[in-house]
Amino acid sequence: MKALRPFTINGEEIELALDTRDTLLELLRDRAGLTGSKEGCGNGNCGACTVLVDGAPVNACIMLAVEAVGRKIVTIEGVAANGKLDRVQQALIDLGGTQCGYCTPGVVLSATALLERNPNPTEIEIRHALAGNLCRCTGYDKIVEAVVAAAARVGA
Amino acid sequence: MNEFDYTAPATVEEAVAQLGTGARVLAGGTDLIVQMREGRRQVGHVVDLKRIAELTEVASTPDGGVAIGAALNVTALSAHPAMAAYPALVESGRMIGSYQIQNRASIGGNVCNAAPSADAVPALICLGARAVVAGPGGRRDEPVEALFAGPGRTTLGPRDVLVSLRLPPAAKRSAAAYLRFTPRREMDIAVAGVGAWLRLDERGAVAEARLTLAAVGPTPIRAAQAERLLIGEKPSAKLVAEAAALAARDARPISDTRGSAEYRRELVKTLAARAVAACCARLGNPLETA
Repeated sequence: MKALRPFTINGEEIELALDTRDTLLELLRDRAGLTGSKEGCGNGNCGACTVLVDGAPVNACIMLAVEAVGRKIVTIEGVAANGKLDRVQQALIDLGGTQCGYCTPGVVLSATALLERNPNPTEIEIRHALAGNLCRCTGYDKIVEAVVAAAARVGA
Repeated sequence: MNEFDYTAPATVEEAVAQLGTGARVLAGGTDLIVQMREGRRQVGHVVDLKRIAELTEVASTPDGGVAIGAALNVTALSAHPAMAAYPALVESGRMIGSYQIQNRASIGGNVCNAAPSADAVPALICLGARAVVAGPGGRRDEPVEALFAGPGRTTLGPRDVLVSLRLPPAAKRSAAAYLRFTPRREMDIAVAGVGAWLRLDERGAVAEARLTLAAVGPTPIRAAQAERLLIGEKPSAKLVAEAAALAARDARPISDTRGSAEYRRELVKTLAARAVAACCARLGNPLETA
């Protein structure tokens, strides 16, 4: 059964036709047209679908869209402000922390949530925060280096 | 996924009234939604418990303990000041999946999914947790360990809702610990796990002991012989090693892709000794190592 329901996505209030069966990821990709969030494993292991719900990273593939009604959702499309990449995105580019790019949206959101809550994370804390974001290209070191560098660019 | 109804009741009583054949309660969804998407579970009605205040808070109880709302996510639980008295449970919750998972997954869901490897369960049992269950006949409470019927199966009825997990106040001179073995350091399922809890008397001898084994049987197993051996004695490396060997005898492991039965039994022996030693260290009486 479909019904129009209100969502707050990247700061914008929007009504979307919701099927109860939609996962949050399906709502974002197929109904809102925000295809930056990816589906990898589809069962909550890989983190390619990571988005922020009320500031907390979650796997959008295993959350029902109906659970997100009325909550603040941030996707990768909402990270750059006025066309300027945010510090995590820029650091990933500068330090080679992205290759095929499939995991990158999720990595950016996990790292952004970490820096929001802990502006000066240790390398261990960064690795913990990214444990739910699998990357098959980089070997992780360059991603971790990029988040370290992003943390040092205060307010950038 | 097949079509289903979705409701988010505001009270436990409404939730109970909405449950029945084909209905399933939803907390964090990290097990349920995966099962539904993969066609492993047909659900006609999803009853979301997260709008019910009692299920999403940590409340103080009259005896000085806490009642943990069954649908509260692990991240919020870990951050709650009242949980500082129960570090073993917080550490166990922090072993469950990634931050993304912990931001959704609940301790109640970890119990009700009834995986033999469930990481939060040994600490709950060791801490003496009781489950508050609401059903058509009203509320009851029972020891958490009585809820497990087999892998993926609990003793809860189709109209029962696990409301909260009640922990007694942390007793003087008591400590708990949960240790598990996984091939990877993060994001993995326990091959075997052991929870331990000790309460010492004024002389420093063991007054009460609980040892709970995970992933080495269809349900969590209390290692009763090992517990009895420890009681009345001052913990020593030798005594703990003997108790750990007894705990391994109580394990009923299977062989599967994660490990053979023999390997799991050895793991129980090692983990049980280390978990009891971790309790002793927390109590300020580290075991002398031989």
